[in-house]
Amino acid sequence: MRFYFRTRYEQDLRLFKDNGQKFWYGLLVIVLLLAPWLLPEYFISQLVFIWIYSVVGLGLMLLVGYTGQISMGHAAFLAMGAYTEAYLQSKGWPFVLSLASAAVVSGLTGVVVGLPALRVRGMYLAIATLAFGFIVEEAVTRADGITGGNTGMTLGSLEIFGLTIDSEQRFYYVSLAVLTLCILGVMNLMRSPTGRAFVAIRDSEISAQSMGINLARYKTIAFALSAALAGVAGALYAHKLRFLSPEQFSFLQSIELLIMIVIGGLGSIHGAIFGAAFWILAQQFIVTAKDWLPAAIGQQTGLQPTVFGIFLVAFVLFEPLGLYGRWLKIRTYLEIFPFYRKGMFKRQKSYIKSERLK
Amino acid sequence: MSAPLLQAQNLSVQFGGLRAVSDVSFEIWPHEVFSLIGPNGAGKTTIFNLISNLYKPAAGRVIFQGETISHLAPYEIARLGIARTFQNIELFEHATVLQNLLVGRHCQRHSSWWQDLLFTPRVHRTELQFRRHAEEVIEFLDLQHYRDSMVVGLPYGVRKVVELGRALAMQPKLLLLDEPSSGLNVEETEEMGFWIDDIKNDLGITVIMVEHDMGLVSRVSDRVLALNQGEVLALGTAAEVQAHPGVIEAYLGGVDDE
Amino acid sequence: MQFLQLVISGIAQGCIYGLIALGFVLIYKATETINFAQGDLMMLGGFLGLSFMVVLGMPFWGAFLSTLAVMLLFGMLMERALLRPLLGQPAFTVVMLTIGIGYLARGLVTMIPGWGTETHTLPVPYKDDVLRIVIGSGNEPLVLSMEHLAIIVVTAFLIAILFLFFRYTKLGIAMQATSQNQLGAFYMGIPVRRINMLVWGISAAVSACAGLLLAPITFVHVNMGYIGLKAFPAAVVGGFGSIPGALVGGLIVGIVESLSGFYLPEGFKDIAAYVVVLAMLVVLPEGLFGEKMKKKV
Repeated sequence: MRFYFRTRYEQDLRLFKDNGQKFWYGLLVIVLLLAPWLLPEYFISQLVFIWIYSVVGLGLMLLVGYTGQISMGHAAFLAMGAYTEAYLQSKGWPFVLSLASAAVVSGLTGVVVGLPALRVRGMYLAIATLAFGFIVEEAVTRADGITGGNTGMTLGSLEIFGLTIDSEQRFYYVSLAVLTLCILGVMNLMRSPTGRAFVAIRDSEISAQSMGINLARYKTIAFALSAALAGVAGALYAHKLRFLSPEQFSFLQSIELLIMIVIGGLGSIHGAIFGAAFWILAQQFIVTAKDWLPAAIGQQTGLQPTVFGIFLVAFVLFEPLGLYGRWLKIRTYLEIFPFYRKGMFKRQKSYIKSERLK
Repeated sequence: MSAPLLQAQNLSVQFGGLRAVSDVSFEIWPHEVFSLIGPNGAGKTTIFNLISNLYKPAAGRVIFQGETISHLAPYEIARLGIARTFQNIELFEHATVLQNLLVGRHCQRHSSWWQDLLFTPRVHRTELQFRRHAEEVIEFLDLQHYRDSMVVGLPYGVRKVVELGRALAMQPKLLLLDEPSSGLNVEETEEMGFWIDDIKNDLGITVIMVEHDMGLVSRVSDRVLALNQGEVLALGTAAEVQAHPGVIEAYLGGVDDE
Repeated sequence: MQFLQLVISGIAQGCIYGLIALGFVLIYKATETINFAQGDLMMLGGFLGLSFMVVLGMPFWGAFLSTLAVMLLFGMLMERALLRPLLGQPAFTVVMLTIGIGYLARGLVTMIPGWGTETHTLPVPYKDDVLRIVIGSGNEPLVLSMEHLAIIVVTAFLIAILFLFFRYTKLGIAMQATSQNQLGAFYMGIPVRRINMLVWGISAAVSACAGLLLAPITFVHVNMGYIGLKAFPAAVVGGFGSIPGALVGGLIVGIVESLSGFYLPEGFKDIAAYVVVLAMLVVLPEGLFGEKMKKKV
């Protein structure tokens, strides 16, 4: 484990803990900025998907990983953002404004969806968010005057400040920039009183209240911000695919978002990114693996759900800390070799704590 | 003599058919240590929960600094300057000790969520201020060693201290301690006693304490209230209450109980 | 008459929701786990029954009972192998596990050659039979399909058996004990882990039963478990943790759905269940038969 030698409180507040971290992240940024010149277009396209899913994963992580709420209908916010962006673009709005509006519309939807959270918890909340997800999907289908219903909606090419974003490379930079801003925002949030309030609500609502945290207010903020992030992701998603239809935002999509952050690792920003990366790369892997697997297995439509099912079950059973957790363990092992002990990251199991009585 | 800091007037609450607290009244004066004693189920923690408004009283009210507070939400009670600890530690398990203490400063925050999102210079300044206050508490309770440890891995005695620290971080006027010495060994209990003295004398905080350890009670308390089955049995100094025949019979055990 | 017709088909559909919700509530009561694979267990039951009848040529009742028996064992196995290792983990983790199991179930069934990707008809003996009841004179006879009737009758029968089981048998009482207080039951000598295993088995069998009853109406196909999603609103409406509530909730959802399909514009039928549950959460968050529990601090 790295020891951070600190002499001022400032140092704990900073985004990067020390110069070592700054170096590695700086290197990462340089590599990412150069990627469009180094990698073929198909890979860039996949990276764009990773950025987009990272943004929505970030939002979901904020709500589920940090605030301890649950949302089984998050695809609805993705839909709100996507359709808002598409609609406003067709009306000629500039990208920055339409993106902001997508965030606001989704955020307001998040406030509404978060209303049950003020009264109920746990599984009741899960079912409520599930219900909202279905209702929004249906509403989007029925409002075919605006959304084109089941026939779908197409988008024109994207223009930002007069520059046409018509290539994969250009869109790569746009989405990377958006992702970076979102990550910075969430990092700021988590090192400030609001972020601490979220974590407090997750760990003990009763003592959070006793310390002056207005549960209703912070839960609403969590839902709103989480939805707004999904809305931003949805807007980017709309431009990436250039075509929207309600079935892209189904219940299965909501579940897949949850799977993504669980596999990535709950409770960290890295988890959201790792989860998104895993999601896209796993799908790619299956597609390429189909070619050199025996036809009996490879040609099956059932291959993808089976593989995802296996991964999810395996992660939940064997690596509940997710990919990021596994990465931390590996890194710690290498850092303090040979002093690594097996139980270093063991989480306490609680047998008595009943979720019903939280 | 100034006005009482807290007044409980005819508090009653019942759960189903059980009268947990029945017509309890008492006053707490500033800068005193006031103890609630009594057998299990006497309603002591229930009274705490009534003061922090986690339960709504069926009858009676609580007055703090001259204002009735019975209608306020729990988080508003905290804002008034009432802090509490919990019998079965309610810490934020998956956060560090420091973060737990920093939550205690929440009532002093002035920034809204979007300012936090942007981490404005004002938020930055306030964060440093909060950190300084939290460090004062850490120093007071000797928690330096555990500052960056996740609460979930800490031993019980330390968690109890962190629970106390978190309440102190709120800089309250009134501190409700629920069984501060339960689960602690002799040495830790003694230390707790010293801390309660310091809290009263150095920090000027008024303390209400639910306690079973009569040694600790006699040592630190100015006045004691004995409860049994939700009703007041006796009120006075520790010595007076311990000598009260009703209290001996219900709780302490007399000479002939062998 | 149309109204009555709709109500009855709503009741039948509601019984299916109720059965799945029942299986689901049994598990929740015992182990506080939310089983998102409940619908997929139903699907597995349907496919099993199909295999028994079509591939092995068993008669209907033989296949029915065999399916229940196999699914009972399957549920027990699932608990032992996959869920017991997660004892003590937070509820969300277990939910994700059940979601993963659902994915696996759907994926693996799809991979069975020739079987999984098709829609099949379950050859039940009463298929296409109808019962004509005449109410009053000169009225149109009420047409009840035997499939609907079978669902209602079997559900009632099953509920009655389960009720008697939980009330009057030692095992049933032991199950109630473990679901109310695991630690206490453990101290009393009740083999809690084995009981939980059995609860999962019963729950799987109940879902399989629902699958077989539903199959004549929706046909057997890999996504038939999707209907199971509507069982969750049913359970919430009835009050989580309440067995009669599960059934009542299912019936309410079924009837509302059936009526809105006819009287309300298109699309309302699909979301009827969800609107009902949201309304319930606003009015009575604990559900009809649920209990409000607060943590004692």
